[in-house]
Amino acid sequence: MSLEPVAFWGLAVVLLASSLAVVLTRNLFHSVLYLALSLTATAGVFLSLDAEFLAAIQLLLYAGGVVTIAVFAIVVTERLVGDRITQTSRQILTGFILSGALLVALLVVFRRSPLTVPRPLVTGDLTRAIGQSLLTTYVLPFELLGVLLLAALIGALYFARPDD
Amino acid sequence: MTLQAYLTLAAMLFCIGLFGVITRRNTIGILLGIELMLNAVNINLVAFARFLGDVSGMVFTVFTICITVAEVALGLALVILIFRVRRTAVADHLDLLKG
Repeated sequence: MSLEPVAFWGLAVVLLASSLAVVLTRNLFHSVLYLALSLTATAGVFLSLDAEFLAAIQLLLYAGGVVTIAVFAIVVTERLVGDRITQTSRQILTGFILSGALLVALLVVFRRSPLTVPRPLVTGDLTRAIGQSLLTTYVLPFELLGVLLLAALIGALYFARPDD
Repeated sequence: MTLQAYLTLAAMLFCIGLFGVITRRNTIGILLGIELMLNAVNINLVAFARFLGDVSGMVFTVFTICITVAEVALGLALVILIFRVRRTAVADHLDLLKG
């Protein structure tokens, strides 16, 4: 028995458990910490799919950036009104029915469709292939992404301006 | 592992995120649920790219990750801004448009 199924199942258990903790725990701060764990486990899934570059940016941008921003937002919005860091949930039945129905529908589709493609061997350097594809075939979306990030930067600056 | 296993994992993750988006009351909690859903989509994209031997899916994942980070940054900036004006981060309390 090879190591790959063990790694996959371990990652899957960690990923699903921490994601469930994100949506179920009452403490919002714990919720963000579980999200960090879940995003790190996703980086592990990327590694098991031979996408080292994506695992790296997943760790840098998500587990590093997003979690920091979320913690910052929680500190700003909760601490000022006292220690009301707990949060309640509503419409649990509706949420359960809707997401359960979606899951069942997706699993039925997977069961019916012929998805038994064999996993091809890695040919060459995937990171190199991503870089070449980014700057040749997808160079226009790449530049547009730069414009989007600039717009987001200016928008965040506009939001953060002091009250006058 | 088969492609089916990765897709099933991503589908479960997506549904957990959807559950969070529907049930959470705090705006930050809703944003965390959206994060989980986008994460599931990324797993799907990478799995298809790897199993079909086409690097386009991975390139698209780079785009999704960047756009998601920008979206979260702006979303949380909006949450803080709304909090400054209305002193609340609970989505149900933002009912200015209710007649």
